[in-house]
Amino acid sequence: MSRELLAVSLNHPGHYVHWGVIQISVANLVVIGLMIALFALAIFLPFPQGRREP
Amino acid sequence: MRHGKKRGVQHDESWIGGYRSYDLVKEFVVATIVVSLLTVVLAAVFSSPDEKQVTLARWAAASPNDFVATAVTELDGTSGTAGYGAPYTHEPSAAQKIGPLKPQNWPGVTIPVDTANDFVVRPLRGVPGDPALSSSLAQWSGATPDQQQAWASAYDDALQKATDNDPAKVAAGDYGPVPVMLDRLRAMAQSGGLDGALLAQGRFYQTDYTKPLLYLADGAYLEDLARAQHLGGDQWGMMNETGNYPGQAWLWLYTFWYQVKPFSTSDNADALVWGLMMVLTLGFILIPFIPGVRSVPRHLKVYRLIWRNYYRTVEAHR
Amino acid sequence: MTATTPSSPPGERSWTARTRKRAVGAFPPDQLLPDRQPVYVASWIYVFGVLTISALLVVLASGGILALKGPTWWHTSWVGHYVNSLHLWSVELFMAFMVIHLWGKFFMAAWRGRRAMTWITGAIAFLASIGTAFTGYLVQQNFDSQWISTQAKDGLNSVGIGAYFNVLDFGQMLLWHIVVLPLALGVIVLVHVLLVRLRGVVPPYPARTAEPPPADRGTP
Repeated sequence: MSRELLAVSLNHPGHYVHWGVIQISVANLVVIGLMIALFALAIFLPFPQGRREP
Repeated sequence: MRHGKKRGVQHDESWIGGYRSYDLVKEFVVATIVVSLLTVVLAAVFSSPDEKQVTLARWAAASPNDFVATAVTELDGTSGTAGYGAPYTHEPSAAQKIGPLKPQNWPGVTIPVDTANDFVVRPLRGVPGDPALSSSLAQWSGATPDQQQAWASAYDDALQKATDNDPAKVAAGDYGPVPVMLDRLRAMAQSGGLDGALLAQGRFYQTDYTKPLLYLADGAYLEDLARAQHLGGDQWGMMNETGNYPGQAWLWLYTFWYQVKPFSTSDNADALVWGLMMVLTLGFILIPFIPGVRSVPRHLKVYRLIWRNYYRTVEAHR
Repeated sequence: MTATTPSSPPGERSWTARTRKRAVGAFPPDQLLPDRQPVYVASWIYVFGVLTISALLVVLASGGILALKGPTWWHTSWVGHYVNSLHLWSVELFMAFMVIHLWGKFFMAAWRGRRAMTWITGAIAFLASIGTAFTGYLVQQNFDSQWISTQAKDGLNSVGIGAYFNVLDFGQMLLWHIVVLPLALGVIVLVHVLLVRLRGVVPPYPARTAEPPPADRGTP
């Protein structure tokens, strides 16, 4: 039994991307893409600095 | 009281540059709240997969011909499990090799499986009130091992030649009690009795599913279901999950080797890939000590981005 | 020194006093929980370590709730299924944050300045996490578990490990997943974090000067 409060069901046949010998699911691609984006944001976004300590 | 320098033991490189206030506890509390909220939302929106278990009953009902074709290989010793070698059976030549080494054989048979008796004969002995089955079992146990092997192999060959591997379309031949035994096994499986018998092995409590899982894996039904969901070994399956769920992206390098030669065409693929990954893993752990690799970050210069404010300040003053 | 907790004289033979002295010597309170950091600790990349730990706490909490009702609960209860979903997504977040943390630490060559053990414990924590997640997949008791176990056995058997670590044995795998591996992971993470407090956050590579750069070694 499962109850999803919003109707984004992932229980349908998976979508896959083929590129040469590489086969990767769209889901995995999205996760990896988000991770790379998060890493880039972490590096480029300015970080609020605390006050200087003596 | 504030300490500008560390007392006693020199704990770190003496940092004589400045410090800024940094609230670790607040950072931890905020991080925990953020992660908890993210988890609650993701779980509510996407839920989690729960594909139904495959039982022997389901297998025998959906693919009775595959079930019987698998059962006969358990009897004649040609199934995947029967010819596996350690840790299930005594077949030293079956072990995978890494060069001259066969680590598969080193522990010996620690999980013994007798496919003919465990998967076929013993479960059938538990079926009551079937005179044809009883006499077939008597005929089987009264025969010599060579005779048993001859019957089972002959039926195995005949099934493979029959249309759709259908037992009803098998050519006439000397198969002894095997056709009756396997027909009753199929019926037992379809009724659900074989799931219980294979798991219980005559005991009451049980938590070890080795035998029913090995039996399932010997057939084509489980694998067909898996390949339909891109979970096969040569489909990068190790990284994937059923449906559209994200899988295990972190296994990318481990599964990659199975997709390319020489691993993809080797009988020793598992041993070779595991051996290779153990070496690479050791290398990953010991990066600080590997010349060249430990210098890569210095050459890539991503650190100049991370610490750009620091460099801007320090290099402006020089 | 107070009246209720007199400190011991030098040369004390008490194991308790010596243990306390060594612990406090290695980790004075304001080093164990500092309220300041060197000025170069000023990037969002630095929050991924604590995000990983926070995610681990949610993993443990959701796993603990699953343990309350046993391994089959989530198949028949929608509440159980939701808790299972919490466990899955907190694990996804945990692995994602940990890998981003790893990327950051690699690009910073964070093993420099006697910090090799910090890198090593982090790498082992990563591997232990993969092992914990793997045993988690094995104990779902659904089609996934059946397929993953029957596939994984071949790799493990080929190098002799499967003879002792039987992925088809649900009982064994469940206990590794909820007892053995979380305990091991907890200890490794604790040592990893203490090492960060012990050595401090790795300083930047030296700024551009006329002198040649020092070695990149993990130990001086």
